[in-house]
Amino acid sequence: MELIDLSSNLLLVSFIAYMIATIFFGGAVKGAKSQATYNNSRAGMIGIILTIIGFLTHVGYFITRWMASGHAPVSNMFEAVTALGMMLVLAFIVLYIIYKTPSLGLFALPIAIIIIGYASMFPTDVAPLVPSLQSNWLAIHVITTILGEAILAISAVAGVILLLKHVDVKTPSKERFWLEVIVYTIVLCIGFIAITSGFRIAGYEAKFTYVNKNEELAGVVYNMPPLFGMNEYEATTEGKMTPWAEMPAIVDAKKLTTTVWSFFTGTALYLLLRLIFRRPLAAVLKPLTKKANTQLMDEVGYRAVLIGFPVFTLGGLIFAMIWAHEAWSRFWGWDPKEVWALITWLFYAAFLHLRLSRGWEGKKSAWLMVIGFILIMFNFIAVNMILAGLHSYA
Amino acid sequence: MEKIKCQCGHENPFGTILCEACGRPQTEEAKKSKTVDMRYEGSARRSQTYKRTIIDKIWNFFSSVKIGVSIIIAVLVTSAIGTIFPQKLYVPANSEAELAEYYERLYGFFGVIYYKLGFHDMYNSWWFITLIGMLGTSILIASVDRVIPLYKSLKQQRTKRHPSFLKRQRVYGEGSVVDADDALKKSEEKLKELRYNVKVEDGAILAEKNRFSRWGPYVNHTGLLIFLGAVLLRGIPGFYVDETLWLREGETLEIPGAPGYFIENHGFSMETYSDEDNKVFEKAIERSGFIEKNFQTDVSLYQKAEDGIPGQADNIEHVKDYSIVVNKPLTFDGYSIFQMDYRTDELKAMTFQLTEKASGESRGEFTVDLVNPEIAYELSDGTVFELKDYYPDYGGFENGEPVSKSPLPNNPAFFFKMITPEKPKGEISFVAIRQTVEAEENDFQVNFVSADTRNISGLTIRKDKTLYLLLLGGIIFMIGVIQGSYWNHRRIWIQKGENNEVFIASHTNKNWFSLKKEMNQVKEYAGLPGYEDREDKDSFKEEEDSEVWNS
Ligand code: HEM
Repeated sequence: MELIDLSSNLLLVSFIAYMIATIFFGGAVKGAKSQATYNNSRAGMIGIILTIIGFLTHVGYFITRWMASGHAPVSNMFEAVTALGMMLVLAFIVLYIIYKTPSLGLFALPIAIIIIGYASMFPTDVAPLVPSLQSNWLAIHVITTILGEAILAISAVAGVILLLKHVDVKTPSKERFWLEVIVYTIVLCIGFIAITSGFRIAGYEAKFTYVNKNEELAGVVYNMPPLFGMNEYEATTEGKMTPWAEMPAIVDAKKLTTTVWSFFTGTALYLLLRLIFRRPLAAVLKPLTKKANTQLMDEVGYRAVLIGFPVFTLGGLIFAMIWAHEAWSRFWGWDPKEVWALITWLFYAAFLHLRLSRGWEGKKSAWLMVIGFILIMFNFIAVNMILAGLHSYA
Repeated sequence: MEKIKCQCGHENPFGTILCEACGRPQTEEAKKSKTVDMRYEGSARRSQTYKRTIIDKIWNFFSSVKIGVSIIIAVLVTSAIGTIFPQKLYVPANSEAELAEYYERLYGFFGVIYYKLGFHDMYNSWWFITLIGMLGTSILIASVDRVIPLYKSLKQQRTKRHPSFLKRQRVYGEGSVVDADDALKKSEEKLKELRYNVKVEDGAILAEKNRFSRWGPYVNHTGLLIFLGAVLLRGIPGFYVDETLWLREGETLEIPGAPGYFIENHGFSMETYSDEDNKVFEKAIERSGFIEKNFQTDVSLYQKAEDGIPGQADNIEHVKDYSIVVNKPLTFDGYSIFQMDYRTDELKAMTFQLTEKASGESRGEFTVDLVNPEIAYELSDGTVFELKDYYPDYGGFENGEPVSKSPLPNNPAFFFKMITPEKPKGEISFVAIRQTVEAEENDFQVNFVSADTRNISGLTIRKDKTLYLLLLGGIIFMIGVIQGSYWNHRRIWIQKGENNEVFIASHTNKNWFSLKKEMNQVKEYAGLPGYEDREDKDSFKEEEDSEVWNS
């Protein structure tokens, strides 16, 4: 077997291991009849062992891919997001060892699974490095940053558990609404994965030419039926659907098409789930959080921010500046990706002050942790794809 | 300022809330309250004590965490707005008019507003810089306001505290035990095992851990201030050089911003990946057509000789050869030269041929260097070409005169005076690429034959004396933030009362759950009375709540 195939298979093993581990953590939560059995159940033990096995194969994927390509596998969207999933699991394992909370696993692992699934929707080819990325700082800067972001992301998982447990889902309120929006957003991500894989398996392809922002002729391949056409598009594959509308040059109609398809699929999935359960999905998830100790979850979340913030500062700002100085001759250039790293950092700094000096604990701090995660994902996804500057991956 | 004398005899600074030594409440308010605010040990902070003069008001404004967080959020929001559309720096426009046109053409109405409000140059705007200034001021004042009183009270604290202090702690318990002395002794043992720093005095224990972590925020704020200070210094001339140099292959030029240094370009090269590099790249290369592998400028660095004339390249000494590639700048004497950009195939020289029109016979060729053309060229048969005029970037005729759009040799054109043996008076000819214009019918014709091209490297020259200061700020920030985040300051007080009564209280600056876990261990080992966390209503009950577990 080629190294690169071995690498993909290892990733698949992790993916499956995390899924099974989730089930065991579910069992550990459900079966717990007291604080003691909750902290030390057999199901929880199996769950964490499976998680660790999954993590080790995940590291195996990372190392073999590194060996095959000759550079740290963090140089495109697929690789970076997969690494985020890996670090998230690592952060979870560490916190589990400190605090022994299966509830955290029950929520953190599915998020990791969705993240890996999401990553796999991007091209997985191994690409060589363009000159600006050819530096040891690529590995140092990106791995540290992603580790920091993953640790910070775990705090959001703890935050969601705390919110699910304490927000009243029976009576309508602002809190209930936004909590449901969070769940709905996660379902949308699943929708994206489902529809992308669906058309990929079906092998859909429609080619177009169009005129880009700089008024040059360019080509584009859609992997989903083109709901929106690029600026002055012309189809070059016969017999495919005609786009509903043509977009101006600054809008990437292909990405818009993907977004709208995901939105449809996700919403359909959400409505279906609502029909099955006949309750808001937050209410469906709520019982799973009942056994998570409130103050513990609050502290796990805060701890995660405390551990993650310095790591993120080091990777996302300090290492970033050192490298930027070496590659682009300036340590800071107000590139959108840099600015969003700064924004994320400022946000968590504000959080720490609110928590330490103004005593924001419990639900208030949980909401902030969730917003922090949204910022991180925005930085990962939107900044790469919409605000594309020097760092653009995709 | 007058001092406040506590019942215990300790003299506290004016404004103190809890006695630095024994912890007795000093204000009416503190005496009435059930729990006390332990944030800064109830010490006398300037911002809480003086509120009258304008300076007090400014001080209090900047020392407030509410204001500090608001400033952070304001910086955050303005930064975010700056990323909606590209910043000026990244827009290919040379004038304000072009800029305005760019935002309007691509982003329509919102683009116009964005431009009009100045958001296209957000990070250089006066309001952004003001915000950063306020942030720095706030960090400085808030830190000074707190760190000194905090340091003093932690230093002055006595092992034995007054019971009224213990009773007002967030975690507190009291009760009778069988043998108070034994309980205290055992507690001491266990606390030492948990790596507490234990002090015992007259039936009272103070166990303390990681006090140094309390200084974390002040250390990290210092780092931030050093960083911001270094950024300010960059505005002072001499601290910071940032120049661009377009250097043609074969050219030697003085390095802008680095007087006395010269650089010669031996050649620029660019490589793309091929399948031979690594088979796994095949698919990716196929998908994107080509992927760049390397940009490189081979250079020699020279330094002006001691007795050299400033700005002239004839008396220079070789320093070193180097290949500048992306991520590997040439460095010397605090300067760095980076490979930033390139242009390929600029015209370097043009070769012409002289033919006799009647016979079509060639009389010879000559080559004109487009950067340093000569005044005249001579062929082997004695023909002389005088170069009357040269237009490097010919853009047609205006008012009967040819014009050059720029000094770059993009489209060269020439006026030649040809002095042939046959026509010693000379004939005038205007020659451009694929075009020859004659004032009168000539006997001879000059034709363009071929052109040599060369590449140009776009180099950036930097010198930044503030880099080490910036790095120092970064390192100090990291030390402080780790110090304050990875450890926390915990204190446990255990005291003996009358009749085998024991009081127990504790405080931490964060992570109460972990503190209570440790207290539980001590409690169990030494048989101490129970205690409660007055801020946590449900958590500990949850652990026993049967409704939670039986479902
Ligand atoms: C970007 C700017 C800032 C950063 C990165 C920053 C960072 C920090 C960090 C990491 C902590 C420790 C928090 C914890 O351990 O949970 C802290 C504490 C603190 N910061 Fe800042 N800070 C910033 C700006 C400010 C500003 C503007 C103020 C003004 C009010 C301020 C006042 C404080 C105070 C009062 C503390 C608590 C100190 C203590 O408890 O001893 N900070 N800061």
